[in-house]
Amino acid sequence: MSNSIRKALVNAQIVDPLADKITTGGVLIEGDVIVSLGAGVTPANCGSGVEIVDCRGLHLAPGLIDMRAFIGEPGASHRETIATVSAAAAAGGVTTLLATPETSPPVDGSATVDYITRRARDNAKVRINVCAALTKGLAGGEIAEIGLLRQAGAIAFSNGSQSIVSSQVMRRAMTYARDFDALVMHYAEDRDLARAGVMNECEFAARLGLAGIPHEAEAIVLDRDMRLVALTGARYHAELVTNSLSLDIIRKAKAAGLPVTCGTSINHLTLNENDIGDYRTFLKMSPPLRSESERLALVEALADGTIEVIVSDHNPQDVETKRVPFPEAAYGAIGVETLLAAGLRLVSSGQISLPKLMAAMSLHPADILRLPQGRLAAGAPADLIVFDPDEPFVVDPQLLHSRSKNTPFDEARLQGQVKHTFVGGSAIWHAD
Amino acid sequence: MSPASLSMIFPRHLLGVEGMTRPQIEDLLDRADEAVNVSRQVEKRRRVLRGRTLINLFFEASTRTQASFELAGKRLGADVMNMSVATSSVNKGETLIDTAVTLNAMHPDLIVVRHHHSGAVNLLARKVSCPVINAGDGSHEHPTQALLDALTIRRNKGRIEGLIVAICGDVLHSRVARSNIIALATLGARVRVVAPSTLLPAGIERFGVEVHRFMEEGIRDADIVMMLRIQRERMEGAFLPSLKEFAHFFGLDDEKLKWAKPDALVMHPGPMNRGVEISSSVADGPRSLITEQVEMGVAVRMAVLESLAQHLPNG
Repeated sequence: MSNSIRKALVNAQIVDPLADKITTGGVLIEGDVIVSLGAGVTPANCGSGVEIVDCRGLHLAPGLIDMRAFIGEPGASHRETIATVSAAAAAGGVTTLLATPETSPPVDGSATVDYITRRARDNAKVRINVCAALTKGLAGGEIAEIGLLRQAGAIAFSNGSQSIVSSQVMRRAMTYARDFDALVMHYAEDRDLARAGVMNECEFAARLGLAGIPHEAEAIVLDRDMRLVALTGARYHAELVTNSLSLDIIRKAKAAGLPVTCGTSINHLTLNENDIGDYRTFLKMSPPLRSESERLALVEALADGTIEVIVSDHNPQDVETKRVPFPEAAYGAIGVETLLAAGLRLVSSGQISLPKLMAAMSLHPADILRLPQGRLAAGAPADLIVFDPDEPFVVDPQLLHSRSKNTPFDEARLQGQVKHTFVGGSAIWHAD
Repeated sequence: MSPASLSMIFPRHLLGVEGMTRPQIEDLLDRADEAVNVSRQVEKRRRVLRGRTLINLFFEASTRTQASFELAGKRLGADVMNMSVATSSVNKGETLIDTAVTLNAMHPDLIVVRHHHSGAVNLLARKVSCPVINAGDGSHEHPTQALLDALTIRRNKGRIEGLIVAICGDVLHSRVARSNIIALATLGARVRVVAPSTLLPAGIERFGVEVHRFMEEGIRDADIVMMLRIQRERMEGAFLPSLKEFAHFFGLDDEKLKWAKPDALVMHPGPMNRGVEISSSVADGPRSLITEQVEMGVAVRMAVLESLAQHLPNG
């Protein structure tokens, strides 16, 4: 990447999550950073020696930051690889991924962080950051080497989908993490209460003869965690909040001034339990998809700022783990490539503004993870996307770049196509 | 059976009672009435399924349902093959779909499936080219059981419309309960479920049933008391304090049966846990329909097989 290259993206609708507005203009890039932006960036003002990219009235925004994606390496390259997840991300406008630690082996040692970092350097077009394990082997018993993992480059700590059962372990992990000012992310689930369940506890589950998981399975552990945040002062991010009980807990914690943020998945914002229909295993999620009224509560919480972050919760599963009876099927869905288009459903239905949607997928994750990208500002990394928010398409799993095809939006009609993706000023994706 | 009744439109598979219309169910019951007569003759063999192959694919142990389908198929003239999981390659790691595709390659004309997971029969039905009959999937549905129960009630009470039917016991895990609730409500019965709250699924109130937690009020004025099987192994200490406590409060004995109508009849899908959900004196008593249910089972399955056979090529 040469620092001397100057590039101008002009004639765009600039979606600025920081300013919370959409304006007309352009962005001037020098090397890998943004130099200036606004109405003043026009071909005429750029002078000679600047490469001009005409956005033709399309939207321009910071590249998306996805805080929860499974990247397959090490240990599960039959499901996903860094190269394939990166291709999917680039096509979907995601320029930074936070890789979950649930690999094999889990990311609980600095050698694994180093391995992923080097593999990403060689094989990924997008930025891949590592979220390391909070406990050794994700087993929930002993604190992982938080200090060493941080030195190796891990920027956050989580226990993947293995919610930590022991309050004592959670307390100590938080206390220890606080010394390093490390971000603790947690997927809150009372595993005992959720154990037999495979979908949300509701009338539909009863009709399907499927065991249910109550909202309380999430809320009980989240409530415990809030008390431990108050006790320890750790920076805490609730990874997947999916119902109104949890939202109440988060609102209360924020009102009390606790250093707490939360996210939800695009699936929980755009789908509900009825989408499971005739035992569709691609809709089997953890936490489970909730009712329509809970979905609406999540959308409202996103709009009012209670929920800061939208993640794809990208979880590639191969055919063998999904083409089985629903109770046996693996949890999870791919989502990094359809994240933006699915999110735009909320904009076209008038439930949230475009800048607010983009903030939840760029600015807010960046702030929580303390990354410089995710914003349009002079000096910020030139991670940018150009997209048409209205262009319709039908999701064809075979055209998605992920190695696995378990999309819950199979054959869904979505709107929003990414036309160009830039990471550090370099173009990494152009739609045909 | 009369060819005239074959004109009734019937779905390709029988995966559940849900979605079936009242005329569809009543047509099947009418046909089953005729099949009862066939089964009571010395010469029971019919030619409806002559040359056809019926596969009984049972992933979960069953004696009566499997035997019932086998007899029904044979009485209609089909060649019947029984496959149970103990002898199949499913134990060698083969997936359900591979099993389905393999069986399908052998050109069966009808497949009867029982599986321990809800939805497994729906999944299998999508992968084969012949009609599939659900013989029980997880806690989801057991449609032929509900049909045979409806037939038994109709023959003994002369009607179903307006009857009070109390379904008692482990509603939570019971596919028999689900299918019966749907079938009997569709046929106009007033359905009650009676169970401790730990054995009721969430949202049961919205199934169009009355929910009761105590036997006395639950079976008061009932025309039919239908007891469900308790699965002993998963009960003790988890959903119930003990089988003894359950038997005390919910086990149907002569004393509790007095709360129902004087002419109330008793049913049980079998196999029974005598002394737990039902006492021997009730099970073997004059008001028990339990043995008749078994007879009706064969008849209903003959009716179902015959209906589905309409869709077979050259059928």
